[in-house]
Amino acid sequence: MMSKTLASPKRSWQRRDRKTQLTVWAGYLIGTAIFVFCFQKISETTIWAFVWDAPAQAADLGSRMVPPAWSYIHQLWRPIWDTINIATMGTLISIVLAVPIAYCAARNTTPSVTFLRPVALFIIVASRSINSLIWALMLVTIVGPGVFAGIIAIGLRSIGFVAKLLYEAIEEIDESQVEAVRATGASAAQTTAYGIVPQVMPAFAGISVFRWDINIRESTVLGLVGAGGIGLELNAAITQLYWTQVSLMLLVIIATVILSEWVSAKVRHAII
Amino acid sequence: MSLTVPAIPSRPWKKPPLIKRAWLRWTLILGFALYLAAAFGTTNVNWARVWEGMPRGMQFVTAFFPPDFTSRWDEIVDGIAESLWMTVVATVVGIALSVPVGIGAARNIAPLPVYYFCRSILAVSRSFQEVILAIFFVKLFGFGPFAGFVTLAFATIGFYGKLLAEDIEDMDASQAEAVRATGAGWLQWINYGVQPQVMPRMIGLGLYRLDINFRESAVVGIVGGGGIGATLNTSFDRYEFDTAAAIILIIIAIVMLTEYSSGYLRRWVQ
Repeated sequence: MMSKTLASPKRSWQRRDRKTQLTVWAGYLIGTAIFVFCFQKISETTIWAFVWDAPAQAADLGSRMVPPAWSYIHQLWRPIWDTINIATMGTLISIVLAVPIAYCAARNTTPSVTFLRPVALFIIVASRSINSLIWALMLVTIVGPGVFAGIIAIGLRSIGFVAKLLYEAIEEIDESQVEAVRATGASAAQTTAYGIVPQVMPAFAGISVFRWDINIRESTVLGLVGAGGIGLELNAAITQLYWTQVSLMLLVIIATVILSEWVSAKVRHAII
Repeated sequence: MSLTVPAIPSRPWKKPPLIKRAWLRWTLILGFALYLAAAFGTTNVNWARVWEGMPRGMQFVTAFFPPDFTSRWDEIVDGIAESLWMTVVATVVGIALSVPVGIGAARNIAPLPVYYFCRSILAVSRSFQEVILAIFFVKLFGFGPFAGFVTLAFATIGFYGKLLAEDIEDMDASQAEAVRATGAGWLQWINYGVQPQVMPRMIGLGLYRLDINFRESAVVGIVGGGGIGATLNTSFDRYEFDTAAAIILIIIAIVMLTEYSSGYLRRWVQ
């Protein structure tokens, strides 16, 4: 008996059809062209002798940095404590300010779509696009150098982040629960408190802890412009070429950041 | 037969708390309160100086208005252009380098020694803020956009590599195994079994990182890494706050633009 055998395909299997394949290649071509052009622009303003010299420089710097000056650690506890405080209090300020902004920015809770929502969205973008170091640069001239300027800088920078993620969480809530609460005759405030808040609370706690973790890292550099914390010591050690102190501080920063990341991961796992 | 009436609850209903275990909740609240007290107690704020600075702050804010786009326009354009070149090159190079590191840092496809090695690269890259990295790279490569590009590329490895590794760890193992069962080699396995699963999300994250790199390019310039940050820092040093305001507004505008266009592009790609 003759069985119909499958004709062996003349063409081998292709992942995409011809048109998609061409589009993908065109995309790669344009991408490469842009990349080469940009690299050309950078290389025009680069002194290549310095770049080729970099490995020797790195080896030299590395040899100056070991061993870390362990005895110096006693002077570092205070700056680390300040750094952590800047991050925590800055995050607290941003949380307090971000909640009303997120409430105004979310499409389903905003009191006015035409006026308040664009204003809130602009605040969010403005806060997000200006780095905390630039905020600190401005605040140090206003409130003077020190931890306070750092706290405010971190706070202002974090508003946008917290508010953006929070308003997206508010927009994703289940409306039927809100309606159910409203159907019981609850007032607007009660609807918010019992219909919306419980739904976004886990997300909100997660976002806050996540931002705190980022802020620890950010607050390590604020000292470079005079806003307190370990950056102040780091800057001093770099300008005075105490490289063994610098390497110790880098180790301390890694340890602090990894610890804060661990704490934040634990807390987020516990909540969500 | 007697009708049983459900017992009326003796307590009114209360909202369930966020943290269910009472001891954990109270420990956290108490610990946090103690920490706050300690933090407030040890933070010395010079309120006199803050108070004194308020009128100065007002002057500062008024100096920002109106923003002056014209008198340093050429420098601003140069700075923005340099930031854009830096951003594009750093994102491309950073992502290209983070792919092998990310694959190596995924527990389900990398052997243990490789895993630890790649994870430690990611940890170092993620621990340091871009500015600290920039200080060192400026020392090594000299002033200018090259140092800024290396900084941003290195920071991109930490961000992108970690997310790639996590995405690979979350992938569907059966699809990858199906490809392996056909007798595919390791590279074919990665390319046909793993890559299609993580690609859509990774394209989106790449565009997001482009956005971040542009924002960060504004600060690496403060320590000598080139780009718009250098222009901004110079304008602060010259007390030309109206020019600084113009630069900040331009940064905000470009970030808004990239955010909208990357959202659009992401929808188009996926």
